Amino acid sequence: MATILVVGEVGPDGAITKLSTEIATAARSLGDARGLVPGASADAAARELADFLPAVEIERGVATDASASEVAAVVASAIDGVDVVVLPASPSGRDLAGVLSALTGLGVLANAVGVASGDAGPVTTHSVFGGKLITDGAFAGGRGIITVRPNTVTAEPLGTPGTVTDRSGAPVRAIAPVRLVERVAAEGAAVSIDDARIIVSGGRGVGGPEGFGLVEELAGLLGGAVGASRAAVDSGWIPYSQQIGQTGKIVKPQLYLALGISGAIQHKVGMQTAGAIVAVNRDPDAPIVDFADVVVIGDLFEVGRALADQLRARSG
Amino acid sequence: MRIVVLTKPVPDPASGAERLGQDGRLDRANSPAVVNGNDEYALEKALKLVEAAGEGEVILLTMAPANAPETMRKALAMGAHRGVLVTDPALAGSCIVATTRVLAAALATLEFDLVFAGVDTSDGFAGTVPAGVAALTGLPYLSWAADIRPDIGARTVQVDRISPTGYDVLEASMPALISGTQALGEPRYPSLKGIMAARNKELITLSLADIGIDPTTVGLSAATTTVVGQRPPAPRAATQVIRDTPDEAARQIVDFLADRRLI
Repeated sequence: MATILVVGEVGPDGAITKLSTEIATAARSLGDARGLVPGASADAAARELADFLPAVEIERGVATDASASEVAAVVASAIDGVDVVVLPASPSGRDLAGVLSALTGLGVLANAVGVASGDAGPVTTHSVFGGKLITDGAFAGGRGIITVRPNTVTAEPLGTPGTVTDRSGAPVRAIAPVRLVERVAAEGAAVSIDDARIIVSGGRGVGGPEGFGLVEELAGLLGGAVGASRAAVDSGWIPYSQQIGQTGKIVKPQLYLALGISGAIQHKVGMQTAGAIVAVNRDPDAPIVDFADVVVIGDLFEVGRALADQLRARSG
Repeated sequence: MRIVVLTKPVPDPASGAERLGQDGRLDRANSPAVVNGNDEYALEKALKLVEAAGEGEVILLTMAPANAPETMRKALAMGAHRGVLVTDPALAGSCIVATTRVLAAALATLEFDLVFAGVDTSDGFAGTVPAGVAALTGLPYLSWAADIRPDIGARTVQVDRISPTGYDVLEASMPALISGTQALGEPRYPSLKGIMAARNKELITLSLADIGIDPTTVGLSAATTTVVGQRPPAPRAATQVIRDTPDEAARQIVDFLADRRLI
């Protein structure tokens, strides 16, 4: 049976990320999976990941706030006998994958939206060219690194939590240091869109920063995060961290509610694999009409306020 | 201030002509090539920093098929000073591992204060190559840059790295490798003067032999990953179009969400 190593990611709050628990669940379908959580004080996060994997090691050889490159150099010391390393396709997970691949020569199947066990090792599914094509990927030698996108699988804990033990590896190569000077919280970015279950997104039609008040209100009522099209970001109405699309983030929420977003290809690339797409747009010829599940042709403020009222009534 | 920008020609995402050939490799012949979008933001920032420094140059570094100069001239027309193209028939079909090694070897032939790259490319989207190149060349790696602030006197550089909830300010010594995002700023359009000047700018070509890479270790035959299948995505169900009063439209949305157990 193939040996699978899942490298968990610790969030800024010290907890294991939701995506880490998803990739742990996916990894169990590939073979004999175990986990590694980097960070000298990653005890809590490692225990959380052990709900999803039979054995988890805390990698004490890296500092809690180490860069992804430093983490990769230590993870490279832990892959003897490992067939497949499974990583989150998060910003830091991608950095980790790049360095680990360069240091070990292992190939990368990046941004998988599905993983399965095949006769000659794992087979991964990828959505490419803005979702126009689905491809299946495999490792030429059966071994390698897979990065998995958020919401690819639903995290399912084990009946019995796994063990948590310590490890203390050394970097296989010296990594040039990068210092964290400070963390800055941006306004309007309270809930991360990266692995959000529900995203309410605003575009040019929202008309200005005030208009995002309604977007935020709906996101709050639905328990979701606020996203945006490039037009809204370029206009300075909302930070770039919330941008969805070609040069922003690729997301796969269960619900994507698009307000005043036309759905041009650059935006479609970032959200079309959402479980359900609901749009409100004035323009009956907008591209989003062709690929949403439900489209309301109308004024986003009128429809949005009516929707907010009805959601409040339901929850009240 | 000397800045190398890793620049990749990619099929124009707006053309709708991106596709794979029968062998699962990107068909680069049948779609117009453009400079990768995220690379253009990095290039724009490099040009601004060199202009602000009042001295220096911006050097393009590209690994691509032999027709890449057509695309590289567009980046030279924006203001880059010269270009270096690594091209070799043996490179066709190279995977991430080989691409990373080739770019690292080519970078070692250049002198620079900073190296910029787009955070990912619109054809591959892996976003792993810049980090790998930094690891192989021993450069500090700063990713997902929304802003880049070099201090030439102190030989340090600060980067605002986008985080899920804002940004982290990172600092490293120069030289360093930085991957950048759209937040670096809108790329300029080439001026007519820039387009004319680009025709005469230096664009040199390096083979694998020039950078000391064994051709048997790259290309399709040495690739670590393969595409074993391709198909169109499953079609989405037909769109339900609602043209009703706001209250009625909202009610139908609520019904849809409840039906899908989203509320």
